[in-house]
Amino acid sequence: MTRFTRRGLLRTGAAAGVLAATGLPLRAQATRGGRLRMGLNGANTSDSWDSRTHSDIFMISAAQGAVFDSLTVVAADGSLEGELAESWETSSDAKTWTFNLRQGVTFHNGKPFGADDVIESLQMHVGEGVKSAAKPIVEAIAEMKKVTDHQVQFILADGNADFPYLLADYHLLIYPAGQIDEAISKGIGTGLYQVESFDPGVRFVGTRVDSHYKDGTAGWFDSVEIIAVNDITARMNALLTGQVDVINDIDFKTESLLAANPMTDIFEVTGNQQFTFPMLTDVAPFDDNNVRMALKHAVNRQEMVDKILLGHGRVGNDSPIGPANQYYFADMEQHAYDPDKAKFYLKEAGAEGLSVDLSVSNAAFTGATDAAQLLQASAKAVGITINLVQEPADGYWSNVWLKKPWCACYWSGRATEDLMFSSAYATGVPWNDTHFENERFMELLVKGRVEFDSDKRRDIYHEMQQIVHDEGGAMIPMFANFVGAKSSKVTNSGTIGNVYKVDNGRVAERWWMA
Amino acid sequence: MHPVLKIVIQRLFLGLLTLLVVSIVIFIAVNSLPGDFAQAILGQSATPEAVAAIRKDLGLDQPAITRYFTWLGDMVTGNLGISFAQANFASFVGTSAESGSGPVTVLQQIAPRFQNTMFLAGVTAVIAVPLSLLLGILAALFRNSVFDKVANVGALSAVSSPEFFLAYVLILFLAVLNPVLPSLSNIYSDMGFGERLLRTLLPALTLTLMVTAQMMRMTRAAIINLLASPYIEMARLKGLSPMRVIVKHALPNALAPIINVIALNLAYLITGVVVVEVVFVYPGIGQLFVDSVKIRDIPVVQACCLIFAGAYILLNLMADVLSIISNPRLRHPK
Repeated sequence: MTRFTRRGLLRTGAAAGVLAATGLPLRAQATRGGRLRMGLNGANTSDSWDSRTHSDIFMISAAQGAVFDSLTVVAADGSLEGELAESWETSSDAKTWTFNLRQGVTFHNGKPFGADDVIESLQMHVGEGVKSAAKPIVEAIAEMKKVTDHQVQFILADGNADFPYLLADYHLLIYPAGQIDEAISKGIGTGLYQVESFDPGVRFVGTRVDSHYKDGTAGWFDSVEIIAVNDITARMNALLTGQVDVINDIDFKTESLLAANPMTDIFEVTGNQQFTFPMLTDVAPFDDNNVRMALKHAVNRQEMVDKILLGHGRVGNDSPIGPANQYYFADMEQHAYDPDKAKFYLKEAGAEGLSVDLSVSNAAFTGATDAAQLLQASAKAVGITINLVQEPADGYWSNVWLKKPWCACYWSGRATEDLMFSSAYATGVPWNDTHFENERFMELLVKGRVEFDSDKRRDIYHEMQQIVHDEGGAMIPMFANFVGAKSSKVTNSGTIGNVYKVDNGRVAERWWMA
Repeated sequence: MHPVLKIVIQRLFLGLLTLLVVSIVIFIAVNSLPGDFAQAILGQSATPEAVAAIRKDLGLDQPAITRYFTWLGDMVTGNLGISFAQANFASFVGTSAESGSGPVTVLQQIAPRFQNTMFLAGVTAVIAVPLSLLLGILAALFRNSVFDKVANVGALSAVSSPEFFLAYVLILFLAVLNPVLPSLSNIYSDMGFGERLLRTLLPALTLTLMVTAQMMRMTRAAIINLLASPYIEMARLKGLSPMRVIVKHALPNALAPIINVIALNLAYLITGVVVVEVVFVYPGIGQLFVDSVKIRDIPVVQACCLIFAGAYILLNLMADVLSIISNPRLRHPK
């Protein structure tokens, strides 16, 4: 089947509903039945059905992946489809967006779904004292209008061609209007599975609803059980002994056990998850771009991929846009370990014999301390002394990240170029962890948002990647794959989403019993 | 008043006093943890205003002394408080509708986990205590024999290995190579007793290996110590069988130290099995405790600490009372 271009779908999403309704030919082999058992990490006793607090794979799989729906969804192949929205259209300035909602959908408590639910669910994310990672997305909507019971109109403060993409964010779930508190405490959504039992930090069980608008295209299991297995060895054991069918984040050191077992196989996709070392570009010595360039050439990226990721990833090129993005600049000149170049830049900066502190903790990402040691060793050969400051894992994100001039960090990546740059590279945004400021960059950022022409957008985003690559404060040595393992008892279409872990958290929806 | 009763009351009073001191220590320790709940829960998005709003809402902006006495008062009246972990969602929903379930109390958080922990401790005790007594008695009976040496070396190697290592060895042999027991012990409330027991067996066996050595060796040592006494010699001279000499004559007098060691090990089973819980994914109180420390859910952390302290004090008290009862001289003072 022909792959719809993302931009074509974006402008008029009319085809999206049809696409979702017909389904992919491969899915024809899928059969209903069975119980999916997943062992996932990232669970905590503070988990709840409040999507504003969701940040890890356990709750994302249970909420967006099973119990709740959003307006749009990023399909496994990266294209955008309608979920609760059937189609959408926009004005030429990308400011006014009209969404036609699916009819005949009901919540698990029987309440019919309509425009009010959309508006009230989105409003959860803004307002006095509300904390939600999706706040910037909803705040950009100047006005939400209910046109009919099944049509809503959003008027954005500034045009944004990627807007439908943003609505697929896992925080933006649709709750029943007027019953949001109840829905949060019990887990009432429009998803394929309704909550049978939920014990925060321990276990979730969902049963398939009798009839659903995705019947015949998704939701093959009779029931889904997600078990919180935060310990990596316990997860591997659970899969090897057949107590769960799918696990996330395997232990690379013992992956051969999984590979050798005929009953299990490893699945892995390259996405946008990146391990970074951000430098504050307004703090000496990192305020001199020559110093930043020297450090970017003093890191042995391939060695990090080999030793920290054990091959499960690829080298980064100091740009946060990765292969899961549409306008990834694959042909950009690759920064490599080059002592001569590094020394040249040091000399330009007049900073020979440079000595800098690097704050690090394994809270930043698994193996961050080891990665920093590799960096320390490779920089030493160039003549740069890196003093490693071991920070406590506790409170790392509040006391070290964004505060220390140079530290370790990770980003899961974002579905669109604009969202990634707007979150972490735009002037003055709270998560700009390099304090990066660039006039041309900001100009392009605003221009890209309202540009519908694919070729022009490509030019814009390539130039932005080039700017960050040449002048940015983030050293991005590696992109880590999303790796998981499954039992041969379950199977999938062969296309696994690369936006987030374990098929974007949608195993319960997309997979089936072999 | 009966002297035993008097001692019990005296010990109870001392226990309460200890608990009070422990409560102060807990409060100081918990409050000197770096960062707080507001920062921990907000993570990367902790802006000063958001942090201040959450602090105010949870009463964290009050001075420490005020918070301590409020907490102590609540504890005395049996009110363990509201858990922060879920409280923040109820408070920051931003919609006006009434919440469906109300805030989650510390008791609601702790009760099911504590039951699970007690279940695991119970299963372990049922296996470990008779096993170690039996091994100890047999080791005393056949002391310096091959059996004695094998039992000693075996028990000592088990107790010297880290818990997770024992756990993985057991998983390897009993779950992976010979799939007789499940390696995941994720028990839940609507599970039947048989299933629950089956799933608890592997962690219980791991813990049995951890606690057997001390109890067995104490049993053996206490009995052997008595075997040199004149009254044992008398019993032997009467022609009693060695087994009867040990069980009927030596063991009753050796009970006091054995009971003390058993009590200490039971207290360990209730308070210190986090590693085993993590490895087997057993939803016990240890995991809840660690989770709560991570997110700075202070009411749960403090309540857990108090429960742990209370368990130690209570089990020691029971051990003391039982030792007194097992000793006729203390039971019937002249």
